[in-house]
Amino acid sequence: MWSELKKAIASFDIPADWIGIRAVKETSTSRSVRDGLPQANGKSFTIGAMLEVLVNGCLGYAATNSLEPSSLQAAAQTAYKQALAASEWWIHPFGESERPKVVGEYKSPFLEPFDALSPGEINDLLVRICQTLKVDDKIVQTIAGASTIERESWFVSSNGSEVYQKILSIATHYGATAQDGSIVQQRSNNGSQANCYQGGLELLKQENLWHRVRQIGEQAVELLTAEECPTTRTNLVLAPDQMMLQIHESVGHPLEIDRILGDERNYAGGSFVNKSDFGNLVYGSPLMNITFDPTVAGEFASYGFDDTGAVATREYLVKEGVLQRGLGSLESQARAGVSGVACARASSWNRPAIDRMGNLNLEPLNASFEDIISGIEHGVYMESNRSWSIDDRRYKFQFGCEYAKLIENGKLTKTLRNPNYRATTPEFWHSLIQVGNAENWQMYGTPYCGKGEPNQAIWVGHGSPVCVFANVEVFGGGS
Amino acid sequence: MKIEELSALEVSFNRLIETLLIKKAENEQFTVKLSSERSQFTRFNHAKVRQTGCVADGWIELTLMSDQRSSVRQFPFTGNWDLDWQLAYSALQELRDELILLPIDPYLVLPSGTNTSREVHSGNLLAEEAVVSSVLEQVNELDFTGIYAGGIVIKGYGDSSGQKHWFATDSFTLDYSLFSASGQAVKGTFAGSDWNKSAYIAKISEAKKQLELLARPCKELPRGQYKTYFAPAAVADLLVMLSWGAISEADIQQGNSALAALSRQEKQLSPVFSLKENFQRGLVPRFNELGEMAAPELPVIEKGLLVNTLVNSRTAKEYQKTANGANGSETLRAPEISSGNLVFEQILPRLDTGLYLSNLHYLNWSDRQTGRITGMTRYACFWVENGEIIAPIENLRFDESLYRFWGENLVDLTDFQEFIPEVGTYDSRQLGGSLVPGMLVKDFTYTL
Repeated sequence: MWSELKKAIASFDIPADWIGIRAVKETSTSRSVRDGLPQANGKSFTIGAMLEVLVNGCLGYAATNSLEPSSLQAAAQTAYKQALAASEWWIHPFGESERPKVVGEYKSPFLEPFDALSPGEINDLLVRICQTLKVDDKIVQTIAGASTIERESWFVSSNGSEVYQKILSIATHYGATAQDGSIVQQRSNNGSQANCYQGGLELLKQENLWHRVRQIGEQAVELLTAEECPTTRTNLVLAPDQMMLQIHESVGHPLEIDRILGDERNYAGGSFVNKSDFGNLVYGSPLMNITFDPTVAGEFASYGFDDTGAVATREYLVKEGVLQRGLGSLESQARAGVSGVACARASSWNRPAIDRMGNLNLEPLNASFEDIISGIEHGVYMESNRSWSIDDRRYKFQFGCEYAKLIENGKLTKTLRNPNYRATTPEFWHSLIQVGNAENWQMYGTPYCGKGEPNQAIWVGHGSPVCVFANVEVFGGGS
Repeated sequence: MKIEELSALEVSFNRLIETLLIKKAENEQFTVKLSSERSQFTRFNHAKVRQTGCVADGWIELTLMSDQRSSVRQFPFTGNWDLDWQLAYSALQELRDELILLPIDPYLVLPSGTNTSREVHSGNLLAEEAVVSSVLEQVNELDFTGIYAGGIVIKGYGDSSGQKHWFATDSFTLDYSLFSASGQAVKGTFAGSDWNKSAYIAKISEAKKQLELLARPCKELPRGQYKTYFAPAAVADLLVMLSWGAISEADIQQGNSALAALSRQEKQLSPVFSLKENFQRGLVPRFNELGEMAAPELPVIEKGLLVNTLVNSRTAKEYQKTANGANGSETLRAPEISSGNLVFEQILPRLDTGLYLSNLHYLNWSDRQTGRITGMTRYACFWVENGEIIAPIENLRFDESLYRFWGENLVDLTDFQEFIPEVGTYDSRQLGGSLVPGMLVKDFTYTL
């Protein structure tokens, strides 16, 4: 691939200041089973190249699914014309400093290759998960699925960049629906598609898999007779699989510098955070430490370089409650004049890179789960996201979970169904009163973070311990 | 895309189907789905260009079925026969090797019809190099943000039973927002197959008038219940929720539908509310993943009663229902909510005191079983007193059941409808849109 791409750049007959090609080859598989019967089996293969051309400070792009020299040449011409046509109206004059020369590679760690099991063996495993989930006649539906992605990318540029990255990732999902008359409850393994990691087929069978599968089935049935979550203000304890969503929506998105600059206002929205807040804003309580960390082995959005060639490093976004820097690429940093991170990423070869989250983690402190619960007189403990909504400035939110427990006098007591909570982002993060330790720190991810015009769904990772928030409005389902 | 290039793609696609027919074994069946586009995407912010470029994309989805088993391969489609056939043949071989390993699928549906169709809608779009200046010259003094997406979109289908469909359309959408200095915004879409400069100018002028109203100081409202007018774009956002765990027959059967209570006739909606699938506008293909053609019209909810769900052939086979040409995910493709009796001039007087909402944002089920939806107000939303717009509002979170706002609390629908185009571009440019009226609702619940 290297020689073809470098040869192509050398052959382009366009008076550009800089040219880059990002070629992506991706093979993904998806298999799912419902009630022990196959629902989907398939493999998807895509290959293509994104060409960027810098002309008079203005970038134009063209993407093609053909890597033939004539197609790359045509794409380069198109990108050049796009840049030229926009040059009078360009939002910011960019230069090579936003496309620095970089050479290197990154590869996901893995133990077992994706062909270690045959499609039939994977289906057999999914069927067995469905069978194990059905712990009771009240289980009316069981589902199980697994998907893998093998993605290679090559980035070359006229100023000498050569970056190769190979990412292997796997996502698993299973869950059960229980019904008793008009009462229907669903329970899944940490919420929809939350178990997403980099690695190989060793991740298909997690530790304690069969215990967990039975537990999911049993909890689905348990929810049928559970009390509704009460409507009250109380201590809210969130498990890591809900903290994932909380961090994503109310810290990640508002800190994206392209949102703060207004790029997303027509689609995903803006932010309640302003450029002047970096270094100053007290975002939450002093227990709040959030890092952008693409270096965590096996986390879903780890990488060595972003899609414009910036080297990815671990950085604090919020330290002891104070906002340090934003999620902004080299382009956003140049426009906004604030510090950012290596986060220019694209969903595939057919989309231009924009500011994305990568891995965003809440750092652990020192409380064990037992200590946390025993210290609470009254509260609600919630697990696994099932509903999410937040406003365009990332301020007023409402989230719902699959499963909850009442906390009374330092103990987890009754199971609660339809648990929801709502708050505003600053109020919520200021109410953080306890953060779990490394033992209860867990990481999850999602392949469905949506953003951008044209739209892009991208993969992100989030790790967190159990956390406690004081005086939060919680409530149950409708009637 | 030039007409010759479009024609070459069609020839190449047809050749692919014909060659697969020759190669297929006697016990094999297949379907082939094509999605292709040549699109320009130009993104704007502060009436400047943020990103601009063109995407040439296309892929084939080949499904092979044999001995009650099936599997799928998706691979690029470029129009270059040698390249495309090499990928297709390799996919066919891989599928053959895989099928024997898979479990039996009792609800597998084989292609069986004899449908064929061919629709090519040509357009008169702006030249690629003219998009930036044509859009921005009209708005260069405004805080204009958004995206122009335009070009040709192709959807094709062929199968081993001889069905074949070809749908190509040349179109654009300009999805934009105009912001006031205080951060309030007016949202608009300008879409079609012909770029009409005077229509664009008129659209921007109309938005400027709303922008003036937004210059007034914002009103912060306490949580509570308010009489509310939802403009058509806001109604379209609520309607989309029906495609997410509501109107699908499979979802109803599997305990995953917000309309289960309506289906069981435990609840009903207002007699004012009727919904149908209406493909007569011709903006989206009528064929589905099995080459089946949906009826030109399908009533779904009539006068508050559920008369049809969306049923594809697989669901029909599993639950002994009659299929009605629904797609694989049983989602609405050409929805239309019937109009009512509320005339435009009477919207504000009939609202009297309450909220005028132009758009909504980020909807989700907060309790699917009871049809409860949460979301936010967004863009050009106003407080109205005595039939007069008083001030824009600070955004409010709502949490309300569709059984209330399309049921007992629905006052009326407008006597006019608006077409709200689909502007989504995940994976590829989406087609079609919703035809909806505005609606007036009493006691709508706002929670934050």
